[in-house]
Amino acid sequence: MRLTTATAIAALALSSLGAMAQDKTVKIGNLNDMSSLYADVGGPGSTVAAQMAAEDSGLAAKGWKIEVIGGDHQNKPDIGGGIARQWYDVDGVDVIVDTPNSGVALAVNQITKDKNRVFLNSGAASSDLTGKACTPNTIHWTYDTYALANTTGKAVVKAGGDTWFFLTSDYAFGHALERDTEAVVLANGGKVNGKVRHPLNTPDFSSFLLQAQTSKAKIIGLANAGGDTTNAIKQASEFGITAGGQQLAALLLFLTDVNALGLNVAQGLTFTESFYWDANEGTRAFSERFAKRMKNGAKPTMVQAGTYSAVLHYLKALEALGGNPKDGAKIVAKMKEMPTDDALFGKGSIRADGRKIHPVYLFEVKKPAESKGAWDYYKLKATVPADEAFRPLKDSECPLVKKG
Amino acid sequence: MTAATDVLAPAAAPAPRRRDFEVVFALMAALLVAAPFVVYPVFLMQALCFALFACAFNLLIGYVGLLSFGHAMFLGSAGYVSAHAAKEWGVTPELAILLGVLTSGAIGLVVGALAIRRQGIYFAMITLALSQMIYFFCLQAPFTHGEDGIQSVPRGKLFGVLDLADNMTMYFFVLAVFLGGFLLIYRIIHSPFGQVLKAIRENEPRAISLGYSVDRYKLAAFVMSAALAGLAGATKSLALQNASLTDVHWSMSGEVVLMTLIGGLGTMFGPVVGAFVIIAMLNYLAQFGQWVLVIQGVIFVVCVLAFRRGVVGEIGALIRREL
Amino acid sequence: MFGIPTQALFSQLLLGLINGSFYALLSLGLAVIFGMLNIVNFAHGALYMMGAFVAWFLLGYAGIGYWGALILAPLAVGFVGVVIERTMLQRLAGLDHLYGLLLTFGLALVIQGVFQNQFGSSGMPYAIPPQLTGGQNLGFMFLPNYRAWVVVFSLVVCIATWFMIEKTRLGSYLRAATENPTLVRAFGVNVPLMITLTYGFGVGLAGLAGVLSAPINQVRPLMGADLIIVVFAVVVIGGMGSIMGSVITGFALGVIEGLTKVFYPEASNTVIFVIMAIVLLIKPAGLFGRAA
Repeated sequence: MRLTTATAIAALALSSLGAMAQDKTVKIGNLNDMSSLYADVGGPGSTVAAQMAAEDSGLAAKGWKIEVIGGDHQNKPDIGGGIARQWYDVDGVDVIVDTPNSGVALAVNQITKDKNRVFLNSGAASSDLTGKACTPNTIHWTYDTYALANTTGKAVVKAGGDTWFFLTSDYAFGHALERDTEAVVLANGGKVNGKVRHPLNTPDFSSFLLQAQTSKAKIIGLANAGGDTTNAIKQASEFGITAGGQQLAALLLFLTDVNALGLNVAQGLTFTESFYWDANEGTRAFSERFAKRMKNGAKPTMVQAGTYSAVLHYLKALEALGGNPKDGAKIVAKMKEMPTDDALFGKGSIRADGRKIHPVYLFEVKKPAESKGAWDYYKLKATVPADEAFRPLKDSECPLVKKG
Repeated sequence: MTAATDVLAPAAAPAPRRRDFEVVFALMAALLVAAPFVVYPVFLMQALCFALFACAFNLLIGYVGLLSFGHAMFLGSAGYVSAHAAKEWGVTPELAILLGVLTSGAIGLVVGALAIRRQGIYFAMITLALSQMIYFFCLQAPFTHGEDGIQSVPRGKLFGVLDLADNMTMYFFVLAVFLGGFLLIYRIIHSPFGQVLKAIRENEPRAISLGYSVDRYKLAAFVMSAALAGLAGATKSLALQNASLTDVHWSMSGEVVLMTLIGGLGTMFGPVVGAFVIIAMLNYLAQFGQWVLVIQGVIFVVCVLAFRRGVVGEIGALIRREL
Repeated sequence: MFGIPTQALFSQLLLGLINGSFYALLSLGLAVIFGMLNIVNFAHGALYMMGAFVAWFLLGYAGIGYWGALILAPLAVGFVGVVIERTMLQRLAGLDHLYGLLLTFGLALVIQGVFQNQFGSSGMPYAIPPQLTGGQNLGFMFLPNYRAWVVVFSLVVCIATWFMIEKTRLGSYLRAATENPTLVRAFGVNVPLMITLTYGFGVGLAGLAGVLSAPINQVRPLMGADLIIVVFAVVVIGGMGSIMGSVITGFALGVIEGLTKVFYPEASNTVIFVIMAIVLLIKPAGLFGRAA
């Protein structure tokens, strides 16, 4: 403890010096789920991604000092909020990155605003972060419930999947995903035959799947995450639901989930992501470097890729400012001003509400015969351009958006 | 079941000495007053709230011999109520806390009335079952906002005057609440009422034959413990500015057992020490990720195998004092 | 009935029975341990998870398939149990239940944490053995062969266990040793050994349940984490230490939970606790337990 206080004082001393000579130190905190549901999706991998971004920025050669630390929020808003506060108050963290789990993200969002730092979210799904909870200090990078619902919902209905049954995790996150998707399905002329809400961490989905089967809906939408989604998919295959002609649409599925399920079970699933490692030269080169640094050689998920991309852009903005002004809103404003461009997400931009926009892709999981080996899992089905994928600014509840 | 309860209490402790208590209490208070100038105050507030929670829990297990495995329901529900009151109704902090305490006291009355009819492991299971129901309610009720919890709870102005937004001011308010709660527990234990409780713990049939209406005493103790746990929860939700499902989940009920066990069951200062140890661990080991759970598990095992009296209990045995 | 087609109701009942068989196997192990050692084995869920992981290991590293795992995994988990009992639980003899509960709670944390560090959290796939893939169309539902096998197999294991404890000589020693260890010892029975083996057997059952569930659920480090309190509730409802009670209650609660999933799905995780509270208030020793 004494040590951290000492560093805090040192940081304070440094920052007062910085008034004369520009401060060139940055401390990045990866606040993540390091131990359960999202640990493989973001977790320690996001720390690696942030470190890679720091190295790739080339700022170290220009006299900058960049430090990346990690913390485990255990998917609990109170613990996550506590760490965020401590990082800002005591440890001198400038920016918190990733933070999957919408509840934790909303807590960090608020604290970041109060302390005027920067929050670059990659892992959380809630579109509220750029909606009614938006702040001048937060950028939501990779995806959100609106984009997922919009892309999957629209594409599936257009492909003929016009009757839906929802298996929804009985949590605010699941409800939001279901609500957004339902709206898209209805708007595109589809119909919702029914829905069932299951408790979080349900080991057995057979009962719910049978209800979905009885509903005769063509599409079973899985508005849940992590272990719940993988169990539901596995058991749907066991009960012959997919063989019986009904199709599963996982509304939130990550590369590591597909890896955990194996292609045998996961084949044919459609879902939305904004990044796939095997998309082009740039993504492949990054992913190879990333996998080398992971304990199990895993390829990056879109969340980890988003963390990399966000940190890179953040550092570019700092460089453009000529130093770290220690003023979150100012840095974010600069980030919004500059167009984004990196090897992973291509060219894009950040909107006034803090939404980073880029193309979003609809993928289908390959059949085992189509896969050339480990991590070769996705087929691209459709690309939704950046300006159509996310919630239009005119529908935004975000107070930062000036309504014309 | 009755034989079992004997083992829970550190029987070796000699007669309490008031002077010892006063010295140690003064020492603790002094330490806590000085602490925020060295240590991050928000961390201290969190630890103090859990310390009060553990003390409230200890009132039941240590002095009445009742193991509640559902104490999280009091911590959590009071936290929710006061957070909601402070945020949505805009009431002053002291009123928000009062509402929280009343809620947990009321829940304690109902749960207690049902649970005290049984003993030992069954008592533990009933409290667990009922707390699972409260958890379910908190998950479903719209005002709790599900897994997002109630966030950015305003700390408000104490009595409408003292602005608690400042960490230091808030800290001393939390400290005052904690010390008040702590002294109240001390008074309860050392009152004639507390003596009867201890008599029940030692030998319930005998207490009955002496003409005490044991159930009433147990219920009263249960409600007090619930209300004090609620006080901790309500204060915590204001200090940390959120109320979430973590605080009503059954693993929180397990954690408070751990805190009390590490510190020392049935000792006045044990739960405080235990709470600080656990919260510090959670805080400073957070960077080790998954290993935190492993470390916590190892501590559990080692404590049960080698230090059943807990830190304070062992020290107390060493210097032959009841702490 | 209640606006739900009878066919759908039938299938839900059947599914409930399948889930019940896991509850039955797990609570049986828990009940045996509680009856003999007076310990509430909170590590049960972690050892169940371990059973599934052993099966996964055997397949991946030794090429031993499902059927081999069905025998080897419970033995391996049982062995771990024996070690735990010999090195730790034995020292708690004569102390309050609380300590056994806390020790095993700590063990569960350690076991789960270590597996999580090693394998991450999303888990591993484990395929259904080729002999049991596919399923039967029962008219009212499609019943996967594997699920049918789970029900039948666990019923057989439960009945065999009950028979062994209630009807054989070994079982009578066991029951006698539970009642009065000193006396049984005086008859020349090695009671400590019996206790050790009982614990090994109880957790072996958990390991067996883990293997059975591996093809149905993902093999995940946290697969047993929340299960334990549900199973524990089953044991309490059935009556602590009652073998038959825990088996019947296991199956029955599986069915009740299944029905809840139709009528009030959000509450399907909570209904067991509601029942537990009611049972404890009306019949404190559990449905099949003797009054304390």
